[in-house]
Amino acid sequence: MENVVIKTDKLTKRFGDFIAANEITFEVKKGEIFGFLGANGAGKTTAMRMLCGLSMPSSGTATIAGFNVYKQTEDIKRNIGYMSQKFSLYEDLTVLENIRFFGGIYGLSNRELKSKGEELVEQLGLQKEAKKLVQALPLGWKQKLSFSVAVLHQPKIVFLDEPTGGVDPVTRRQFWDLIYEASAKGITIFVTTHYMDEAEYCDRLSIMVDGKIEALDSPANLKKQFKAASMDDVFYQLARGAKRSD
Amino acid sequence: MMFFISWQEALNVAIKHMAMKQFINFVKKEFAHVLRDKKTLLILFGMPVMQILIFGFALTNEVKNSKIIVMDQAKDLASQQIISKIAASRYFDIENTVMNTVQMDAEFRKGKIRMALVFPAGFNEALLHQGKAQIQVIADASDPNTANTLSNYVSAIVQDYQSSVDNRVTVPYRIVPVLRMLYNPQLKGAPNFVPGVMALVLMLVCVMMTAISIVKEKETGTMEVLLVSPFQPILVILSKAVPYLLLSLVNVASILLLSVYVLDLPINGSILLLFAESTLFIITCLSIGILISIKTNSQQLAMLISLMGMFLPTVLFSGFMFPIENMPYPLQLISNLVPAKWFYMIIKSIMIKGLGFAAIWKETLILAGFTVVLLAVSLKSFKIRLA
Repeated sequence: MENVVIKTDKLTKRFGDFIAANEITFEVKKGEIFGFLGANGAGKTTAMRMLCGLSMPSSGTATIAGFNVYKQTEDIKRNIGYMSQKFSLYEDLTVLENIRFFGGIYGLSNRELKSKGEELVEQLGLQKEAKKLVQALPLGWKQKLSFSVAVLHQPKIVFLDEPTGGVDPVTRRQFWDLIYEASAKGITIFVTTHYMDEAEYCDRLSIMVDGKIEALDSPANLKKQFKAASMDDVFYQLARGAKRSD
Repeated sequence: MMFFISWQEALNVAIKHMAMKQFINFVKKEFAHVLRDKKTLLILFGMPVMQILIFGFALTNEVKNSKIIVMDQAKDLASQQIISKIAASRYFDIENTVMNTVQMDAEFRKGKIRMALVFPAGFNEALLHQGKAQIQVIADASDPNTANTLSNYVSAIVQDYQSSVDNRVTVPYRIVPVLRMLYNPQLKGAPNFVPGVMALVLMLVCVMMTAISIVKEKETGTMEVLLVSPFQPILVILSKAVPYLLLSLVNVASILLLSVYVLDLPINGSILLLFAESTLFIITCLSIGILISIKTNSQQLAMLISLMGMFLPTVLFSGFMFPIENMPYPLQLISNLVPAKWFYMIIKSIMIKGLGFAAIWKETLILAGFTVVLLAVSLKSFKIRLA
C-alpha cells in the first residue's frame, strides 16, 4: 500500500444544495500519470482543490502523500506541486527570479536554488533568456518553465490543471516529454485536460460527469469497455448525458 | 531532557528562520513588481509632488495679483496715498486708470478686471473737514467668492490707511475690531491642504495599489499557486502590505519636505509623532485595500471601488476642501465614518498647531479602532475564501 500516493474514499463537496463533487473514490500509484477528465462544470476543479488542501471536503476521506486532507493540509502543501490553468509565473520577473522566488517559497536553500536554477535553465535551453523578463518568452516556453518550477522542489505529486491550454501540438508533445521525465523520476502526475490525444498519453484516466466519476481505467481498457475507436468516442458517450455545463 | 528541549528549540528557530527567509524573498519580489512598473512608480512618487504643487500654487483660496482699475476724480493727497498703498499690495495690480463710468463699464466687459475703485471729487477735503469720506468699490461678482475676498482686502487696506492718519482725523467714537488669526496668521492656504494632500495620497497609494496588486495575482493565477504552496496565506497578505507601508512612509517624508522647503510651511509639532500617526493611518488604508482585494476579482473593479469608495469620501468628508461644520447634520454624522477625517484632524493639530499627543489621543484612538476592525474583518474574510 506504500505505493499509493493519492487515495480518496467517497470524497464529497457540497455548496448548499449543489453537490460539486459526489462520493469520489479512487487511488493513484506512485509515479503514475493519472488523467482527470470531465466536461466543464463536471467538478474537476473542485475535486482537485480538495486534493491540494485548498478546499475543505464536506464528507468522505482522502490521503495525499500519506497525509490527511482534513488535518494535515500544511504537510500536503509541502509535498505537492501545482500548475494552474492560467499561466502562473510572474511576467515582470526574469526567468531566474521566478525560479528563485518559487523555489524560495518551498524553502529551498540559496545553494540549492542556485544549482537547481542553472540546471533547469540548461535543461530547458533557456540560457540566453535566463535574465530576460518572462513576458518576452513564447507561450510554449512559459508553460514548460511553469511546469519545471512546479516540480523544482521535487514534490511527491504534481497537480496540473489544464496545463497545455492554447499551446500548439508540437509544444504540447514537448511538454509531455517533460511530464514523462518527471514521472520516470517517481513524481506522480495528476493532470486535467480537454485534449483527447493527451488523454491517450496517461497511464490511467478517470472521467467525471456531473460530479461523479463514471469511468476509471487505462485508455486501452476504456476503449474496450465502451466499444469505442478512440478516447474521443469514450468521452463523448459519457459526457453527452451530462446535465451540468458552464 | 535538556538535549530534547534544545533540539526542539533549534527546530523552532529553523522554522522561524525559514518563514523569515520566505517572507524576505516575497517582499523582494513585491519591490521588483513596483520598481519595474513605470506607471506604478509614476503614480507612487509623481502624484504627491503633483498634488502638492497643484494645491500649493494653483488651487489656492488666496486671490493674488487681481487686476483692478481706478477712477480717481479727486486726485488729492489722500486718494493718491490709498492708491499707492493698494498698488503696493500683492493682492492687486492696478491695470489702468479711467476717467468715466463708460470707460469703466467697457473695462469690466472685457472680463479681465475684477474690481474698480472710485474716489469721488474732493475726497481729501471730505475726510479732513467732515471726518467722513467714501470710496466706491465695484466688484465683478460673477465669481462671488473672489469678489467677496477682494472687497475684504480693500477694506483692510483702507482701514490700515485710516489708522495711519488717525492723529490727523479726530473721531469721537471708534470701535476698531482687532483680528488675530491663530496658528496661520498670514491666512496661507497651504497649512490646510498639506495634511489633506497627505490623507489623499496615502489613501490612494495604500488602498488602490495594495488592492490592485493582490487582485492582479488572482487574475494572473499566481495567487492560486501561492495558496497551494506551504507559504502561509497570512504572510502573502503581510508581504504585500510591507512594501507599500515603506513606500508610503517615503511619500510622507517627501510631502513634508516639499511643504517645508517649497511651500515654506514649518512643521510645528513633533516629527516623530507625525510619522507614528501616519503609520497608523497607512495601516488603516492597507487594511481597506486588502479588504477590497478580497472582495473583488478584477483589477478594474478594485480600482473603481478604491476611487469611488475611498477617494471621493476623502475629498468630500475629510474637511480639507469643504468645511464639515457647514454640512447638514446627517452628512456630518457620515463624515465621522471616514478615517481620513480623523487623520486630517490629527495631522493639522501636529503640523500647524504644534500640539502633542495629549491633544489628539481621542482621534488617534478612533483611527486605531477603525484599523483594528478593518484588519479583523479582512483577515477573517480572507480565511473564509480559503475554506
